[in-house]
Amino acid sequence: MSQKPREGKRSQVEYLDARSGEGTAGALEELHKQLLLLPPYRWLCSAIAGSGISPRGLLISTPYIWLLLFFLAPFLIVLKISFSEYAISQPPYTALFELVDDIYVQIKLNLENYQLLFEDDLYWRAYLNSVKIAGISTILTLMVGYPLAYGMTRAPQRWRLALLMLVILPFWTSFLIRVYAWIGILKKEGLLNLLLINLGIIDQPLTIMNTDTAVYIGIIYSYLPFMVLPLYASLEKMDDTLLEAAADLGSRPIKTFWQITFRLSLPGVIAGCFLVFIPALGEFVIPDLLGGSGTLMIGKTLWAEFFSNRDWPLSSAVAVVLLLILVIPIVAFQKLQEKDKAA
Amino acid sequence: MAGSGHEVRKKWDPWNDPQEKPHVQLLSVSKRFGDFTAVDNIALDIYKGEFFSLLGPSGCGKTTLLRMLAGFEQPSQGQILLEGSDMAGVPPYRRPVNMMFQSYALFPHMSVESNIAFGLKQDKAPKGEIAQRVEEVLDLVQLSSFAKRKPHQLSGGQRQRVALARALVKKPKMLLLDEPLGALDKKLREQTQFELMNIQEQLGITFVIVTHDQEEAMTVSTRIAVMDHGRIVQVATPTEIYEYPNSRYVAGFIGDVNIIEGRVSEVGESHLNIVSEQSGCGIRARHAVDAPVGATVWIALRPEKLVISVDAPADTTTNCMAGEVWDIGYLGNLSIYHIKLDSGIMVTTAQTNRTRDVERPITWEDRVYLTWTPDAGIVLGQ
Ligand SMILES: Nc1ncnc2c1ncn2[C@@H]1O[C@H](COP(=O)(O)OP(=O)(O)OP(=O)(O)O)[C@@H](O)[C@H]1O
Ligand SMILES: [Mg+2]
Repeated sequence: MSQKPREGKRSQVEYLDARSGEGTAGALEELHKQLLLLPPYRWLCSAIAGSGISPRGLLISTPYIWLLLFFLAPFLIVLKISFSEYAISQPPYTALFELVDDIYVQIKLNLENYQLLFEDDLYWRAYLNSVKIAGISTILTLMVGYPLAYGMTRAPQRWRLALLMLVILPFWTSFLIRVYAWIGILKKEGLLNLLLINLGIIDQPLTIMNTDTAVYIGIIYSYLPFMVLPLYASLEKMDDTLLEAAADLGSRPIKTFWQITFRLSLPGVIAGCFLVFIPALGEFVIPDLLGGSGTLMIGKTLWAEFFSNRDWPLSSAVAVVLLLILVIPIVAFQKLQEKDKAA
Repeated sequence: MAGSGHEVRKKWDPWNDPQEKPHVQLLSVSKRFGDFTAVDNIALDIYKGEFFSLLGPSGCGKTTLLRMLAGFEQPSQGQILLEGSDMAGVPPYRRPVNMMFQSYALFPHMSVESNIAFGLKQDKAPKGEIAQRVEEVLDLVQLSSFAKRKPHQLSGGQRQRVALARALVKKPKMLLLDEPLGALDKKLREQTQFELMNIQEQLGITFVIVTHDQEEAMTVSTRIAVMDHGRIVQVATPTEIYEYPNSRYVAGFIGDVNIIEGRVSEVGESHLNIVSEQSGCGIRARHAVDAPVGATVWIALRPEKLVISVDAPADTTTNCMAGEVWDIGYLGNLSIYHIKLDSGIMVTTAQTNRTRDVERPITWEDRVYLTWTPDAGIVLGQ
């Protein structure tokens, strides 16, 4: 009799993954508890509590406040501008809200900018091309970065830190200068052609500069660390006995790599791909410096609209659509992760 | 029925049959890590269908030995023959051997079910068969209701059972189990031991099992190898190991034992006479070691082989130690007495509590006499 309820209770116990908590909020909750031990924080908390807001809630909401201030607010401003009309004035667009007869607020929602984006094939071709270039270079970066990260985790322990430093080293020089340096390498009479001709591999210089290939090279080079670091982090955690277990159960090394190593490094792969794809999609410097006039990328278009044409409303619309394109895969990714956790 | 099965088991001793071919043969196998020798010149034959236990203190090389059998480590020296063929250079995935890892090594991204099915999938077994065998083995380890969980959602004991199931499901020719039952509670452990023995009898799989639990080793094994510092000290059946240990180390490692030092005073046809100051009496024992008169020997006396009594026996000069009760441990079925002998050394004896009330129970500070038969003492040389 006394056994029954206990049995029932036990089956309800759910083992939760420690990592699955509430993300940042969970960690901040801990921080809040720790900080409560300090008198000044306690006083501050009680003062805030007196005003009706829970101090715990305040601390937990910090990341959201941050997002609100530095992401949502600017985005709303851009969104607002995108619905206005181009005007020769200071600032160069019409107001969205207008007071009519001092009583009514008139909202002039101008959808022409968005209409133009879809009608003028320049824009959607630029979007598509950007997605293509960012997508291909993300895959290429992954293909270069994965063996690099894998090799680093297989290196003797005492080398790893040095190798990691080498990956981060390029960050110590300006991004712009490094991209410029590639011009010196890739141009017709550049280092690469010189080398290949002197080695007798080719007799006519290759045209790489001002093509999409140069853009790919530039993106792969510039964003490689963003790919390697998350990959390294996830591969480093790998437990080698898992590979032994797989081999023991009859799995060949190549299959083991795909079924265990690659599968377990997927979070790193996805994080790395996002870290490369997102900035590459809106990339402006690399296509501008290395790409040709034919290299159509939305970052370049945005820049031209904003600074050459001074059409703030249109370029705002371009930016909003760019953001939407980025939001779709991020949301899809999150949904996927939730499903994975629930299963 | 069970009786006849037992009979067969008892007589089954392929290691005494020179005609029998060993399933696995280790020929002076050594394994060195740098200049540290983890496994030192081991020669061992294990026969098909055996339940072979490796017993020894932590760090004595048990896991290393298993890893060489599984193919994760190559012997620095010597040869391993499986069914007569040299295993050198045969990678783990080609060996008909499965191992259960001490750390379980469950795949964290797979459910319990997929973990167990993994090995069968590598062999491209038909889907239906995989599902059926996974279900069977899940049933066996009592985890059917956990099939869909991920390893991190299981308790330690449950994970251990998944690891066991994953190694079992492929029905390999040889199964290597590295402390397979350590995290289970007593009842489940005994049940699983029993199941393992059943499986082994049904499938004729050769089991090599590492354990720290000597009781477990005694219960399940056909033979036990006691290891120390990378060497095998003794290989024998549980009974032989217990009753005829070949060294003080083995005697002390398996079960409780009193070791008493003495000197050989007379070598008879079938017995030895020993004088021992520690015991305060002469000792007569069965002749077992090659020890000349005057040699120092040790007599191992199991606690349960000593008879305790408050009354002095007729002959107090041979096989009779006198002392004072120092401590008593009441275990229900047994009572353990710690006796301080006149020479100052402590001796332990165990007596079954046959009746509920004893007229004159032995209590603290009683003067008692411990006697034993000449057969009970084991004489050990250096
Ligand atoms: N890869 C290795 N490199 C160096 N030394 C090792 C290595 N693997 C094992 N050893 C050493 O070999 C010895 C035997 O290790 P092993 O794991 O076989 O012990 P064990 O008998 O299984 O112990 P336990 O009962 O604690 O599991 C230990 O002293 C260990 O430190
Ligand atoms: Mg071990």
